[in-house]
Amino acid sequence: MGQLQGSHPLVRVEHVSKHFGEGPSRVDALRDVSIDIFPGQVVALLGPSGSGKTTLLNVIGCILDPNSGSMELDGERVLENGKWLRSNLRQLRLDKIGFIFQFHNLIPFLDASDNVALVLQLAGADAVTARARALELLDYLEVGHRTSSMPAQLSGGEAQRVAIARALANRPRIILADEPTAALDSKRAGIVMDLLRKVAVEQDAAIIAVTHDDKIFDRFDHIFNLRDGRLELNAAGLSSSRSAG
Amino acid sequence: MNLAYRDIRHNLFRFLLTCVGLGLLLGVVLAMIGIYKGLVVDALTTARSPAVDVWVVEANTRGPFAEASRIPGDTREAIARIAGVTSAGSLTYQTVEADHVGGKPRLYVIGFEPGRPGGPPVIVEGRHIGQSHFEIVADRTSGLALGATLKLGRNTFVVVGSTQHQVASGGDPAVFMTLLDAQKLQFELSPAAARVQIARGAGGASRDTVNAVVARLQTDASPTAVADTIHRWKHLSAITQEAQELILTRSLVDRARRQIGLFTTLLLIVSAVIIALIIYTMTMEKMKQIATLKLIGAPDRTIVSMIVQQAIALGVIGFAIGALLIVNIKDFFPRRVVLEADNVMMLGLIVFIVCLLSSGLGVRAALKVDPATALGG
Repeated sequence: MGQLQGSHPLVRVEHVSKHFGEGPSRVDALRDVSIDIFPGQVVALLGPSGSGKTTLLNVIGCILDPNSGSMELDGERVLENGKWLRSNLRQLRLDKIGFIFQFHNLIPFLDASDNVALVLQLAGADAVTARARALELLDYLEVGHRTSSMPAQLSGGEAQRVAIARALANRPRIILADEPTAALDSKRAGIVMDLLRKVAVEQDAAIIAVTHDDKIFDRFDHIFNLRDGRLELNAAGLSSSRSAG
Repeated sequence: MNLAYRDIRHNLFRFLLTCVGLGLLLGVVLAMIGIYKGLVVDALTTARSPAVDVWVVEANTRGPFAEASRIPGDTREAIARIAGVTSAGSLTYQTVEADHVGGKPRLYVIGFEPGRPGGPPVIVEGRHIGQSHFEIVADRTSGLALGATLKLGRNTFVVVGSTQHQVASGGDPAVFMTLLDAQKLQFELSPAAARVQIARGAGGASRDTVNAVVARLQTDASPTAVADTIHRWKHLSAITQEAQELILTRSLVDRARRQIGLFTTLLLIVSAVIIALIIYTMTMEKMKQIATLKLIGAPDRTIVSMIVQQAIALGVIGFAIGALLIVNIKDFFPRRVVLEADNVMMLGLIVFIVCLLSSGLGVRAALKVDPATALGG
C-alpha cells in the first residue's frame, strides 16, 4: 500500500460525465464520476463491457473530451467544466502520462532501445541522452540484454517490459495501462504487476489499469467498480475504491 | 530519429520491390515519351539533313514526303539562278525492299548529287561516295556493314560509308546513292517492260526526273520571298523548310503522334493512380502505429514528415530505376527512343508532385486517426 492519504492526489477527477449520441440513441458512458488517485497507488478500473472504464481511462489520458466535469493531473488543473485548459493535449500527454497497452504497441521498425528513446526525443532530448536513459530504463526493467532486439524478436513478457520502459521514459507520474496483462500467462502477468508496483513505489507514481484479469485483482491497492457509467457505492455511500484494499 | 528511414530499413526488401515495380512502370512511361519524341525526330530527320531553306516540288503538291512529286531534272539549274540562292541540289526518294543476307530489309533510298545539298550529313564510318556509280552510304540501322554488297534493281552496290540516325518517317533506314543511280533505280524499266513501251511508241521518255530540288539561301535572303518567286512558275511549288517540317509533323506522322501521345497520357494517369494507391496503402498499414505515436505525444509534424519522406523516397528511387532502365535499353528498341533532358526532368517533376499529393491523402487519414484506437486489441 503506497497511498499517502495526507498528500495531494496525482489524479483528481471531479463530476466527470460523458455521453455519446443524442436523443433516443444517447448513451451515457460516464455519469458524474469522481475519483482521487494518490502517488504510489496501483488501482484498477473494473466493470463489465460498456460500463465506462475505457472511457474513463481515455478521459484521464486526455484523448477523449468529456461533456462536463473537471480534472487535475499531477497538480495541474487541466479540465474545467468540460473544457480543456491546455490547447496541446499531445504535449500534456508527453509531459505527464505514460501509456501501457494490451499488446505492447511497440513501433515494429524500431528496436527496443529506440522505442524507448523515441519518447525522450519527442520531448526534446538529444539522441545521446535519450539512448543513455533508454538503456538505463531497460536495465531497470531487466531487459537490458534485449536493447537491440526488434519487437517481433521479443517474447510477450519482454515486449511488455519494453513498453513499460517506454511509458516511464519521460518520468511521468501517471501511468495508464489498458489490460496490461491480458496477453500474458499468469506467471508473466505477476512479473509485470510486480514491476508496476515497483515503479509506483520507487517513482512515487500512480498506476491506473483497466483490467478483466481476475488473477491479478489482489495486486491492486484499490479497485474502482464501474457499472453503467457510474462508480458503484458501498453501503456507507463511498465509492467502492475508498473501502477496498 | 528519422522514422521514415527506420521503417524503410526495417522493410527494405518490400520497399525496394515496390520501388522496382514503380520503376518499371515509370520506365514504360519514359519509353513512351521517348518513342513519341523519336517519332517526331525521325519524321524530321530526312527533311532536316540536307540543311536547306526551300523545297521545290511539283505544282499543287506538298511533296516529296507527304505527297508524290515529280519535276524535271533540269529544274535545279533554274532554281540555282534565282537571286538569293547559294546552292541547289536535285533529290529523289523511294522505298525499296532489297535482298540481303536472307532477309528483305526495307530501305529508304535517297538519290543526291555529290557536292550539292542533300547528301548524307555526317559519315560516322567509312567515306563519302567517291564514284558516279554503284556506291552507297547506308544508315547503321540498316545492318549493312562497310564493304557489304547489295543488289538494287539491276545493279550491285557497295557500302562505302555509314551514317547514324538517318531514317524515313516510317523508321526505314536511309541509303544514299548518286542521283544518276537513284534515277535509274526508280525510273528504268525492266527489259521486257521497256520493249512493250517502245512498241507502244512511248520508249523515248526522259529519265531525268527528280522528286524535289532543294535550295540553300544567303543568310539575308527571305525563304518566303524565294518561294513566292518560284511559285510564279506554274509547274512548280515551293515550300519553306519551316513549312516542310510542319507538314511532316502535322500531317505525315500526325495520327501516330497523337495515338502515342494519348497512350502516354493514359499511362501517366495510370501511374499517378498507382503511386497514390501504393503510398495510401503504405500509410494505412501503419495506422495503429500512427495512433500509438499520437497517443504517446508525437506531434503531427513527426507523423506528416514520416509519410511525406517515404512517399518522396519511393518516387525518387522508383523514378531513378525507371530512368536507368530506359537509358540502358533504349538502343535495343527497333525505332529510335529519344530521351531529352527536359522531358525526363518534367516527368521527374510530375512524379514528385504526384508523390506529394498522394502522401497528402495518407497524411489526411493519419491526422484524422483517433489516438484512442491504439488502446484495446
